[in-house]
Amino acid sequence: MAERSDLIELVTEDVNLVEMVESKTPGDARLAMCIQCGTCGGSCPSGPDMDHTPRQIFAMLRAGFRNDVLKSNAPWYCVSCYLCTVRCPQEIRITDLMYTLKRMSVEAGLYEDSTAPDLSGTFMDYVERYGRSFEFGLATRHNIRHRPLSVPGMAPLGLGMLTKGRMDLTPHHIEGVDQLRAILQRAKQLEAVQ
Amino acid sequence: MKTLFYPGCSMQRSARPYLDSLYAIQEDLDLELEEVEDWNCCGATEYMSISRLPAFSLIGRNLALAQQQVNGDASLLAACSACYLNLAKTDHYMLEDTVLGQDINTALEAGGLHYDPGSIEVRHLLDVIMNDIGMDRIAELVTHPLSGLRVAAYYGCMIVRPDLDQRWDDPEYPSGLESLMSTLGAEAIDFPLKTHCCGGHMTQISPPTAFELIRRLVHGAAQYEADVLVTVCPMCQLNLDAYQVEMNKHFRTDYEIPILFVTQLMGLAFGKDPEELGLGREFIDSGPALEKIGVETSDESGEPRKKRKKEEGLPMPPMVGGVR
Amino acid sequence: MSTENGRKENGRERIGVYVCHCGTNIAGVVDVKEVARWSKEQLGHRGVVIARDDKFMCSSLGQELIEHDIKKEGLTRVVVAACSPHLHEKTFRTACSRAGLNPYLCELTSIREQVSWVTSDKKVATEKSKAMISGAVERVRYHEPLDPLKVPINESTLIVGGGIAGIQSALEIANAGHPVYIVEREPSIGGHMAQFDKTFPTLDCAACILTPRMSEVGTHPNIHMLTWSEVEQVDGYVGNFTVTIRQKARYINTDDCTGCGICVEKCPKKVIDSEFEVGIGYRKAVYTPFAQAVPKYPVIDDENCIYFEKGTCKACEKFCPTNAIDFEQEDELITLEVGNIVLATGFDLFDARRIPQYGYGRLANVFTSLEFERMANAAGPTEGAIVMRDGHTVPESVGIVHCVGSRDRNYNNYCSSICCMQSLKFAHLVSERTGAQVYNFYIDIRTPGKDFDEFYQRVLEEETLFVRGKVAEVTDATRLPGEEGKLIVQVEDTLAGKQRRIPVDMVILSAGLEPRRDADDVARQFGISCSSAGWFTEKHPKLDPVATMTEGVFIAGCVSGPKDIPASVAQGSAAAARVVSYIEQGELSLEPVRASIEEAMCSGCRICNDLCPYNAIDFDEQLMVSEINSALCQGCGTCVAACPAGAISGTGFSDAQVLAQIEGLLMLNLEEPAVMAEPV
Repeated sequence: MAERSDLIELVTEDVNLVEMVESKTPGDARLAMCIQCGTCGGSCPSGPDMDHTPRQIFAMLRAGFRNDVLKSNAPWYCVSCYLCTVRCPQEIRITDLMYTLKRMSVEAGLYEDSTAPDLSGTFMDYVERYGRSFEFGLATRHNIRHRPLSVPGMAPLGLGMLTKGRMDLTPHHIEGVDQLRAILQRAKQLEAVQ
Repeated sequence: MKTLFYPGCSMQRSARPYLDSLYAIQEDLDLELEEVEDWNCCGATEYMSISRLPAFSLIGRNLALAQQQVNGDASLLAACSACYLNLAKTDHYMLEDTVLGQDINTALEAGGLHYDPGSIEVRHLLDVIMNDIGMDRIAELVTHPLSGLRVAAYYGCMIVRPDLDQRWDDPEYPSGLESLMSTLGAEAIDFPLKTHCCGGHMTQISPPTAFELIRRLVHGAAQYEADVLVTVCPMCQLNLDAYQVEMNKHFRTDYEIPILFVTQLMGLAFGKDPEELGLGREFIDSGPALEKIGVETSDESGEPRKKRKKEEGLPMPPMVGGVR
Repeated sequence: MSTENGRKENGRERIGVYVCHCGTNIAGVVDVKEVARWSKEQLGHRGVVIARDDKFMCSSLGQELIEHDIKKEGLTRVVVAACSPHLHEKTFRTACSRAGLNPYLCELTSIREQVSWVTSDKKVATEKSKAMISGAVERVRYHEPLDPLKVPINESTLIVGGGIAGIQSALEIANAGHPVYIVEREPSIGGHMAQFDKTFPTLDCAACILTPRMSEVGTHPNIHMLTWSEVEQVDGYVGNFTVTIRQKARYINTDDCTGCGICVEKCPKKVIDSEFEVGIGYRKAVYTPFAQAVPKYPVIDDENCIYFEKGTCKACEKFCPTNAIDFEQEDELITLEVGNIVLATGFDLFDARRIPQYGYGRLANVFTSLEFERMANAAGPTEGAIVMRDGHTVPESVGIVHCVGSRDRNYNNYCSSICCMQSLKFAHLVSERTGAQVYNFYIDIRTPGKDFDEFYQRVLEEETLFVRGKVAEVTDATRLPGEEGKLIVQVEDTLAGKQRRIPVDMVILSAGLEPRRDADDVARQFGISCSSAGWFTEKHPKLDPVATMTEGVFIAGCVSGPKDIPASVAQGSAAAARVVSYIEQGELSLEPVRASIEEAMCSGCRICNDLCPYNAIDFDEQLMVSEINSALCQGCGTCVAACPAGAISGTGFSDAQVLAQIEGLLMLNLEEPAVMAEPV
């Protein structure tokens, strides 16, 4: 029988979940100010595809349901359009909190669908390697891995991009790749200790 | 106006027509664009999803390089909305959150770089066109007004949101692009979905979600009888154009709304050669729509397009600015 | 000068020090017994003859202690170390008066707000209390006996604003037998209430309950109405205000006009009525705002009148049976002398165009609350029919949006108090008159008043559907089949946990209440303050809601914040009661803590003249010196500090007093015995 997550929550350490999430978000996130009005959930373009609306995610965070939050697909379906942030009557930095939840979700590894985290990971591999993104590489690697059966169907699109001069088959390098890597390395070190 | 320029990865390739058309009209606009040397990818929405400090530092390198390169006005122009937002957001947060700012500089120092937050003004191309170049100058440059072309002005989300201190147009219902379209002679229709998201990278994560978002916009453009939808962002153009075909397949619809860049329409109005502007490289052919320029539009039966009904009955409240 | 009783030994004052425990508020942190003991011992040679401590100095027993000592010990000065003077200064001063000591010879020092409530270290707190008392003891020796200023009160009252609060105030004062002037900006009194259809929760017809009051005001022998008028200037002080009022030209001679309305009928120029009809109806260039207008005289809108524009027409003049039209009429400036002023200028509605995602102004069938009131009103542009913007289609579904521009940091942070009830009222009216399906979109349902929640129950019974969610968007961009031609309300139904798109024919926005657009200017004109939102500030939010910090200026109704009709009426009456009490007293005592100028020392530089925030300083051209009007002076001390010659001193805040207090705080002269205080 599956474990009851609410009982587990009572036992875990996450009374300060709100504080923790806020501390990992730049600026003053104001998560504690939420009055659960639902403007965010009502505005979200991808809301209907989320298993929990943004508002529900915040209710769960304040209740300390860490696992439920990190298992949710909501942060990954956030398209970062900032409509919720601009409309929120309590000026909560919702989108930036979603980015934090994405990062926490990657760390926790509880979210079962790896499509989105993998996309970001693959994208960043190329950037760290070349200093620029590499669309062709990204699209092929990602789709072969996650949607192999749809790859043939994507051929017209890919071909179209190539013939219209809108895609390169090889990546572009920047000169200062080493410099970039040094910077990123240092940043990762710093982040690890925070 | 001399300014540093950050093209971003998409403009280099997937949105090459945007870059080409911008260069084509650069001189007319008295815009001297100096590309930031050896700029790197801004990370789009990807790096921010898996790391915080590295993501900001990635963007920070570009700001630091720009600061070094400045001679004259310390402004950095970006035409891609995501790049623009990333650069502006990083600068803003470095100022607001001093600990974050210090950390970013610590990371930059490992590469021998440093950035003083607030020393570069990040601007979007549309902002510069509206506020620095101005509609009067644009009007002077128009030799081939786009009369009769019904344009849905589509901003996308990241150009106007979040409303950091750099709010140069309304985050919910901006009107700059419509003014520009009117100045070019086109008919700017009041498109309420103008800042609704195109789906961004959802095309790779959950295509049905992305297709729905694309469908809403394309359907909206059709509902408001737009001939063309104009964009200011490479991602928006890619999603709405290249994926319009995929979206049609998914929903078994047959929308055909061409999606063009603002600089392409500007170039046409300035009398530039369409090929120079990268026209013809869209997935949804803009040819039929553009043939209507200068010609009274009519539907297939030869009847004049019916005008939108004038409101009868109780008077409407007066509008302040904006498009009615 | 009142008598100083008591014996003076060796030229020293006889000072009593009283240290209050205030339960554990002070005693929990400060060692009050030690402080009292120290005061007697260490300050004995500075004049302290007795020092006591008590659990609650402000209690009757505590006060009696002081009174007893004054009489028995022959005290000439009293120092009370307790709470802030804001609370009990009056209490202790009165106690002194009762014992025959001039009340201004009593000094309070706050060892609660300034010591025990802000210091955690007990030793430090105790030492600080000693220093505070030492300072007070030094200071009080320089106090002088003072008498309060008495100013006469003019019997007339000015009421600014002819809405329900102003009307209520006017009637109460007039019925008490005193003359009242009521100034109203619009051509008729009545205010916003005259625009409403029904009032909650009783569903009384607003006009039916309002117009009898309006009539009473119009015919009352003690009330003089000045409509189509605005206050230009206010001078003076409580009991003696001089007010200049601009009565705008009606271009109609009210002595001759019978209110027959023929001019209105014949006028060819139709204009959108953006005031009373909130822009959804029309009026003529010559008009009365509504049928039951008081007074009945129309006005000519010179910005839209054909005669004023082109010099032609004059249809009204041609047809007027009593020749009452006078195009040459000019604005009149009227000067009034009044004793008190009641500000009851009401509110403005939040401009819903500021929220573009709700579509107001762009989408035809989105209405604001006031527009809907006019529509629902039987005397309105649709004669009470609830229809869409086309003027005839009856809606089959209506969405009512709560909290538009309220409870929102992007617009107004506060709750506008009346919109939940108003929205429920709308739901009821729509249901009843059209049978349409009604949806109310809310964050919370706020129904605190009498019979309010019962009204909510009633609306629930009428099968209005309530969706808990703040509306994200109202749009006509379709997404799903069945949405064509409708307005879509997109919202997260937070209770069901899903985003919903609900198609309706019409949307009503319950827009919030805001201060009047010119509230800042009006506040400045009357010398009162407003909050950052623009609401006028009451003297005390709990205990004095109708007075302001400016004596003689009162506020009533929505000027101080959103409220419903019963609350506005209650405040109108309350303000009237205060005014009548002043009038009945005939004379008012003002605090004698004032500034005064030593004529011999004044060099006539006039620096103080412009600095005074109360315009209390005039310049005497003959004597070439400045002089202070004691009644206007509030004793703020600005001029005292600014005078380069040191010619101005404040009674109760003289240089000698302040410097002595500083020396006392620093405990500089503890060893030396005090001598008789030098005359100031």
